[in-house]
Amino acid sequence: MTVVTLTFSQFRYVNKAFWRNPSRAFFTFAFPLMFLVIFTALLGNGTVHIGAMAVKASTYYVAAMASFGVITACYSNIAMTLAFQRDNGILKRIDGSPLPSSSFLGSRVLHALFVAVLLVAITAGFGRAFYGAELPNGVLLLRFLLMLVVGAMAFCALGLAVTAAIPNADAAPAIVNASILPLLFLSGIFIPFGNDTPTWIMWIARIFPVRHFAAGMQAGFIGTAFDWTDVIVVAAWGVAGLVLAIRFFSWEPRSG
Amino acid sequence: MRLRLGREQHDRKSSAELGPGHQTANATESDRLPAIEVRGLEKSYGGVPAVAGIDLTIRPGEIFALLGPNGAGKTTTVEILEGYRTRDRGEVTVLGYDPGPDRTQMKAHIGIVLQSTAVEQYLTVAETLTMYAEMFPHPRPVDEVIGLVGLTDKRDARVIQLSGGLQRRLDMAIALIGDPQLLFLDEPTTGFDPSARHEAWDVIKDLAALGKTVFLTTHYMDEAQYLADRVAVIAGGRIVAEGPPSTLGHRERSTARVRFRLPAGSTPPSDFRAPPGSDGFVEIAVDEAVSDVHRLLHWAVEEGVELEGFEVKRPSLEDVYLSLTDNRSDADEPGGAGGSS
Repeated sequence: MTVVTLTFSQFRYVNKAFWRNPSRAFFTFAFPLMFLVIFTALLGNGTVHIGAMAVKASTYYVAAMASFGVITACYSNIAMTLAFQRDNGILKRIDGSPLPSSSFLGSRVLHALFVAVLLVAITAGFGRAFYGAELPNGVLLLRFLLMLVVGAMAFCALGLAVTAAIPNADAAPAIVNASILPLLFLSGIFIPFGNDTPTWIMWIARIFPVRHFAAGMQAGFIGTAFDWTDVIVVAAWGVAGLVLAIRFFSWEPRSG
Repeated sequence: MRLRLGREQHDRKSSAELGPGHQTANATESDRLPAIEVRGLEKSYGGVPAVAGIDLTIRPGEIFALLGPNGAGKTTTVEILEGYRTRDRGEVTVLGYDPGPDRTQMKAHIGIVLQSTAVEQYLTVAETLTMYAEMFPHPRPVDEVIGLVGLTDKRDARVIQLSGGLQRRLDMAIALIGDPQLLFLDEPTTGFDPSARHEAWDVIKDLAALGKTVFLTTHYMDEAQYLADRVAVIAGGRIVAEGPPSTLGHRERSTARVRFRLPAGSTPPSDFRAPPGSDGFVEIAVDEAVSDVHRLLHWAVEEGVELEGFEVKRPSLEDVYLSLTDNRSDADEPGGAGGSS
């Protein structure tokens, strides 16, 4: 079989195993929706200003939680799953088999992308039904999908790269959460930025990819301006992640 | 040359597919090429040698055991052969391939059972094997392999439901699914209970009957004794003895010892006199086991003396192993780089 057919056949097994692990499937899908309900219940009546636009907070959260869902499905899931599989020897066994590493990793990335698209679709449907979110169409839909795919791939690449910083499976949740949770707050995902947001937070949001990705999602759901700079910044982070992953990814458990 | 060897090995495989009988009948020049050839292999971690120049030749169809204490260089050696590690010096050929540059081609022809490796917990036995079968150019039929390792009853059970012993059989099945000519088994029964070990041994014996070459590492003497055609003992990164288990370290020619306890006041022939140990037993080395023991027993019968707990002992494989590896296992494999080798 070729690398491509092997990637897709691997994808089928990844997908089977994913849905048979109830806690994993449940949390991947339930968390963003649960957070959406909680945040809108707590803060949903306010108004969020994005540029010159005033948006209902509940609508804002639809876009934010879709972004959060994609980041969880790609960055966190890939990093934790691979750190776990590296520790228990699944990766080493694969490394000893004739399966090309690109097929193994490619199928994982493909599956994360699949889950991310599904999550965004569910969040969008939920947001449309209950929180007045708009659904993108026409050219906007194409741009939105481009940002979704670029973002999902970039966060997968960063997830692959961060495994190099994870010493063992026990440390994986801590390192993954420590690297992404502060950034989610500092990028206005959970609490929207206001006029009095400190400059240093704005700078962090500008440098890291989370806010840029969320901005692209907002353009789809809320109709804010779509900025190609956001796509470029996110893609640049993805390329950096890929380069680091190629250089430092390990198939064997790390000693110590 | 390397390519030609690889081709011949591949031809040999085709004849093996017809069954072991055909393979023997069609024995060709390539059957006599070593399955593994190692010359002057060296590997250091941070300047500390883990493997300090070893030579090995493993013939096709042979079950070969590499014995050694933890830290002797076993895992480093086998992982260099498997292609997981690079070597510092020396020549290595596995099925005609160099595990360094030719690793990708080599992978399709070898099977590996690592010390501890998991598989995806939520797939079934049959799904797992089908998935691995897809990775190989000429896999064996999935259900045949499942039968071979005795997992037919568990065909559709998820891996998470299998006991440790059954998961180990699945490991063996995954190693076999690509129909490899050569199998690496790294401490395949460590942590098994006695009955699970004997079952695993039966599976390995069956593999050898299929004409597979098996490279085994172990620190169990009984495992090497039961399974291996040939054993090499590694200590401090060097091969310190090599040969069939029955003659390893000249075991068959080594001095026998007799052991017995005398009732108080009896005096045996002069060359059987020795101060008893704390348990009251006398233990004496005998040069000519048959005639010396005959004299001792003759005396005992004549005098009506009971030799309590009488036994004649030859050094076991374990004794030989312990004397060979004594004082050498201090040279630990450094830095845990080899895991628990």
